[in-house]
Amino acid sequence: MDLRVAITGHVDHGKSTLIGRLLYDTGSLADGKAEEILASSERRGLAVEWSFAVDAAQEERDQAITIETTRVWMHYGGRRIVIIDTPGHREFIRNMMSGAADADAGILVIDALEGIADQTYRHAYLLRLLDVPEIIVAVNKIDAVLDAQERFAQISRDIRAVLETAGKPVRAIVPLSARDGDNVVNRSERTAWYSGPTLIEVLLALHPVAPAADRELRFEVADVYRFSDEERISVGNVVAGVIFPGDRVRIAPSGATTRVRAIKRWPDDPSPALAGQAVGLTFDDPVFIDRGDVVTHADSTPLPATSAFEGVFFWLSEGGPRVGETLSLKVGRAEVAVTVVGIDETIDLGILDKVAPDASARHSAFALRLRAARSVAAEADARCVLLRNGDVVGGGKLSNVEVADGRRSDNLVLAGHLISSEVRTHRNGYRGLVAWLTGLPGSGKSTIAMAVERELFARGYFVYVLDGDNVRAGLNRDLGFSRDERKENIRRVGEVAALFADAGAIVIAGTISPHAADRAAARAAAKPGAFHEIYVRASVETCAARDVKGHYARARAGELPDFTGVSAPYEEPEQPELLVDTNASSIEASVSAVVEYLIRVATAPEALLSYSI
Amino acid sequence: MLLDAAAVNGVTEDRREERPGLDSLDRLEAETITILREAYRASSKPCMLWSIGKDSTALLWMARKAFLGRVPFPMILLETFMELPEVYEFRDELIEQWQLDYFAQVCPPESEVDQTLPPATRAAARKTEGLRTMLREQKFDAVIVGIRRDEQAMRAKERVFSPRRIDGTWDVKEQPPEFWGYYTTSVPDGAHLRVHPLLSWTELDIWEYTLREKIPFVPLYLARNGKRYRSLGEKNITLPIDSNAATIEEIIEELRATRVPERAGRTMDHESEASFERLRAGGYM
Repeated sequence: MDLRVAITGHVDHGKSTLIGRLLYDTGSLADGKAEEILASSERRGLAVEWSFAVDAAQEERDQAITIETTRVWMHYGGRRIVIIDTPGHREFIRNMMSGAADADAGILVIDALEGIADQTYRHAYLLRLLDVPEIIVAVNKIDAVLDAQERFAQISRDIRAVLETAGKPVRAIVPLSARDGDNVVNRSERTAWYSGPTLIEVLLALHPVAPAADRELRFEVADVYRFSDEERISVGNVVAGVIFPGDRVRIAPSGATTRVRAIKRWPDDPSPALAGQAVGLTFDDPVFIDRGDVVTHADSTPLPATSAFEGVFFWLSEGGPRVGETLSLKVGRAEVAVTVVGIDETIDLGILDKVAPDASARHSAFALRLRAARSVAAEADARCVLLRNGDVVGGGKLSNVEVADGRRSDNLVLAGHLISSEVRTHRNGYRGLVAWLTGLPGSGKSTIAMAVERELFARGYFVYVLDGDNVRAGLNRDLGFSRDERKENIRRVGEVAALFADAGAIVIAGTISPHAADRAAARAAAKPGAFHEIYVRASVETCAARDVKGHYARARAGELPDFTGVSAPYEEPEQPELLVDTNASSIEASVSAVVEYLIRVATAPEALLSYSI
Repeated sequence: MLLDAAAVNGVTEDRREERPGLDSLDRLEAETITILREAYRASSKPCMLWSIGKDSTALLWMARKAFLGRVPFPMILLETFMELPEVYEFRDELIEQWQLDYFAQVCPPESEVDQTLPPATRAAARKTEGLRTMLREQKFDAVIVGIRRDEQAMRAKERVFSPRRIDGTWDVKEQPPEFWGYYTTSVPDGAHLRVHPLLSWTELDIWEYTLREKIPFVPLYLARNGKRYRSLGEKNITLPIDSNAATIEEIIEELRATRVPERAGRTMDHESEASFERLRAGGYM
């Protein structure tokens, strides 16, 4: 396999020029290409612009920038090396990622005059996050600085410090001039003080990482074909290990075990399937298997099946992740809806500092906590992507997949219901759901909840109110009102509500739930689309004036610490599914708005067709 | 070719010792099969363009591997009636032998394409128009195309999965991120995906693979009387090159030594600096 080398670095530090020079000096430019580059440069009034070897688009040539990543082949010393050009402008960072992510090595180009710049930091961090195995630093334009040796030593120290911060050792640092060809392929006499390897010598010493045939088996199922009645063939990729016909295997996340009957290829070839191959498998037992499942050997440690993940994701979209939003997570061949339940850290890749969460999302990385609607087989360090409406918005690595959901047991095996949610929905004629009423104390949540319950009950719905105070009297009687206890209170109400909804009920959960993150966690506990946040809005003044329980008076007298609206904050929902304003409208009007809304979403055609994904 | 030493080292069980590692062609083949399966899974009505040349025929061979002997989508020739006679002969034989689901999409005459394009580019653009008509009429949501990055500098900027607008045009600046084998597989209604399973292959790889797998090919690629076609296009805009390579082995030897680009004989590439970019932006393969 060809070694793939990505050229990265700050804009105008000479990435494309270095590629042009590499191609020219190794004799890899096709006949006529050099002439074409000369002519095209001349037409634009430029000296020889070697970057035109890769910057083929008219706009790239006219503006002298790289917009889209390109791959070209270089031939030298009996080796073939794929050179991946990547853009340096921060606007084109997703193109940089697309180019660099699959590379075996990354060359970080630094202008000797300018030194380490914004995109140098960002690309250094990205190379680590992308898991590019080797990093080489090219200190370019070395001919243009006065005391080259000292400048080189200084940049070497600086970049080593940056990359060490990012936890990445450097394979080599080479002083060179891409424009003149010093130390690229030919050793330069102008840098007599440098005794290390030329760039091409460094590249020739590297080899691509081979698929891991000597590790534990991982077969990722991509699809199941049934071309004839007699057999179902699970096709997919052996990403690690070796699989033989007759091997006993386990399928994750279901945990079912069976035996491999045959390895399917065309033309027929029964030989074992090795890491790196794409094959089909048939099994002895009629096990249920689907895209996203992972096959391992039955005698090896079972893969964790988890629905809670943590990971650091670089962000490729203008809109950053929001607590409570539902995204799609692709890991291996599995795809699952996940809710963002927490953003633990926002990292600006430019300065490699942890900053406030309002930094521009597109050029940042985020440490996220995610909760999935169902379990998938995933391992720590798995590379994965996040999608929003079908577009990739983030990429990163999972960490902590086993304990991230707070379960005390790592070995829970969730029992599968024989009656699916779809069947319940079909028989009831409506889907179960959670109506999550949030708002200040005294905003009218309990009053509305009880009236809605009576109305829906009268219309024949299976409906139940989970009232905050009522739940605190029983299930949650061990909890007080500290931040952690409030959080746990909401978590339990959310989990119970989700179970009720799964059983087919319309659950009306009325709690203050002042924190957006807690509400997001409650949303994540429910099946996708089953959670409906209803904001019961009233001003603090209105609520205090009502003060049915006398709490506001006591809070204002300082008797109730952490009383929401007085001595503790309330985070208003940003995008509730429904808003009822009890300042502006009567309780009756609010009740009928909620009733109407709930009936509409519970009986919507799409709710009846597909309950869960 | 690199032999993966690591693939054979470190495995202790006896039965596993004799196993050879995957070579470069094996890994390229696995990548292509994976992409074909992803495309088939992601789309509800896929098709594959078959120019009957060496690349799309090798791709067709790998489609048979991906789907275990059958090809579960139609093979389509964008028909200008300007292919060389040997190409049509070869096509008819292969359809018969391999039992292919094939149809020819007739392309409109040159008078109906963008008249501001240079002449040979204009001739090539007929295929763009034919493709557009086909997409409009048959509503394919994935079109599998056997282009390679090493053929041409604008093709080198392609994604494996390239979502196209309703009119099929390509905006090189607005491509989705694509990495770690995660592809953008969703497109709006009426739009389609271009799928490019051969981007990582070179011309040399294709010939080595054709030789290894004994894949049939149009004999025009082999030299007769000191000339052969290195890249097969329509007869009005394609020229043979000087060559004495009369077998695949000799072609491979020739390619290892040459620095002449593959598409030197395709006149449409060379009419102006931007001609191929304009073709591609309009939706050409």
